[in-house]
Amino acid sequence: MTPTWAQLVNLGVAVLFILSLKGLSSPKSARMGTALGAIGALVATVALFFTGIELRNLALIIGAIVVGSVIGWVSARRVKMTAMPQLVALFNGVGGGAAGLIAVVEFLHIGADGGILFSFFTVLTIIIGSVAFSGSIVTFLKLQEIMTTRPVVIPLGKWVTILVAVATIGFAVWLMVSPQFWLVLVLMLLSLVFGVLFVLPVGGADVPIVISLLNACTGLAVAASGYVLGNVLLLIAGTLVGASGTLLTSLMAKAMGRPLTSTLFGAFSGTTQGAASAGEDRPVRSAGPNDVAIMLGYANKVILVPGYGLAVAQAQSPLRELADLLTEKGIAVDYAIHPVAGRMPGHMNVLLAEANVPYEQLKEMDEINPDFSSTDVVLVVGANDVVNPAARTDKSAPIYGMPILDVDAAQQVVFLKRSMRPGFAGIENELLFDPKTTLLFGDAKDSLTKVVTSLKDL
Amino acid sequence: MDGVALLTIFVLSIFVGFEVVSKVSTILHTPLMSGANAIHGIVLIGGIIVLGSSEGILEIVLSTLAVLLGAINLVGGFVVTDRMLEMFKPRKAESGSDEGAGR
Repeated sequence: MTPTWAQLVNLGVAVLFILSLKGLSSPKSARMGTALGAIGALVATVALFFTGIELRNLALIIGAIVVGSVIGWVSARRVKMTAMPQLVALFNGVGGGAAGLIAVVEFLHIGADGGILFSFFTVLTIIIGSVAFSGSIVTFLKLQEIMTTRPVVIPLGKWVTILVAVATIGFAVWLMVSPQFWLVLVLMLLSLVFGVLFVLPVGGADVPIVISLLNACTGLAVAASGYVLGNVLLLIAGTLVGASGTLLTSLMAKAMGRPLTSTLFGAFSGTTQGAASAGEDRPVRSAGPNDVAIMLGYANKVILVPGYGLAVAQAQSPLRELADLLTEKGIAVDYAIHPVAGRMPGHMNVLLAEANVPYEQLKEMDEINPDFSSTDVVLVVGANDVVNPAARTDKSAPIYGMPILDVDAAQQVVFLKRSMRPGFAGIENELLFDPKTTLLFGDAKDSLTKVVTSLKDL
Repeated sequence: MDGVALLTIFVLSIFVGFEVVSKVSTILHTPLMSGANAIHGIVLIGGIIVLGSSEGILEIVLSTLAVLLGAINLVGGFVVTDRMLEMFKPRKAESGSDEGAGR
């Protein structure tokens, strides 16, 4: 059995993981939290090799660790910050996949001799791990925009999903009663299909919540695999992530004003296809960079609303330059940050911090919303869904109920947009057709640079 | 370890998990999720345990894959979390020391 010293090491590592999560909850200690977690993981992994466990395929073990670490490291370093959410989804998916595979192998080792509890947790690990794996892959494909970001509603999807769920449970019970390997394969397949069906109907704007939920799922799968292997550290770490991930999911849902149930099951009802039908050819008012510069230059108060489009165009720096220029002219400038600006809660803060935007100028939604009515010009750069009044008024819109930035309360609104294409949630924004709205079409970086140049000549 | 002891640990861990993140601020939702994601990458050691006792081609292939995926989750998770948090650093450097000049 595991030597006492190794059990104590595991206890220490478990404490490090708890401190890591604790540290990550506060800006001051967040980096320290990451470091503690990483140290814990390293210690646990290295210590494992000295506990005298059976190490049959040592070369393969080392090789797989090295290759996996390099893949993880390189992709994490290379990824653009804008694409970071889908990478997190992918990492989460492979973790769930690993837990599922471990349970399958352990089943091959022990099979029918493990007893009912062993079978139960094996089955549980396989199901949750597979769901987390395939679900995460689908969220990755959605965020990467390889597949549509709109809710995918397949005909009779609700019934298919229920059928698959029932079949999964049925095979799970069968497997527990009579442990046979082909049942494991069927169970795995059904769970994978369920994961896909579960995520498909989720609309683009709700994807971050689903990632967080799947993250909690992987945690649970890891915990269950800890039970299967009789490994306390896996049990503790997995449970910690499962519990904190569940809480985090509900906190996120609250920040987005989305009841969790409607996020997950809303698309089943089939009413979420937004009103994208209404007039594509309606008139909008567009203007050149000069006009926008004049509007901004003669304002008293300007609020900037950065969105994902800003990040995609890498226009953070020109935006900051614009803000600095306006401040020099004695104009009050603030950045309004929607909780889910970008692709995930807090994503925009990270992106703007990268461009050295002073932290004090970033205003959270609740703080800035009362200010819009006294604002002359709001400049919306590459954002759409988070300023869409449909969230307040249109009950059929997928984003209905999400708190938004009240930019429509300002005197004038300027949108920097690439095209009339709707936002990530795939719905039309009425505000674009409002008489007080001006549009400046083009690449955000390009447009901002031109506005800055015009403003300097003003 | 017997089932009841494991169950005890499980239940207590749930409460700890809830408690430690209950006061997280909105801006840290993403890094926290990513950090938690990295922590469940510890599933790597489960992979090592099963690969270490694997015989036969099917077992070895599956458990090697488990180790590989676990390592990607663990290492990638921590590195990407740190990268996110790195972005918050300049602010501190400005108010504190002047070491940020090198960036």
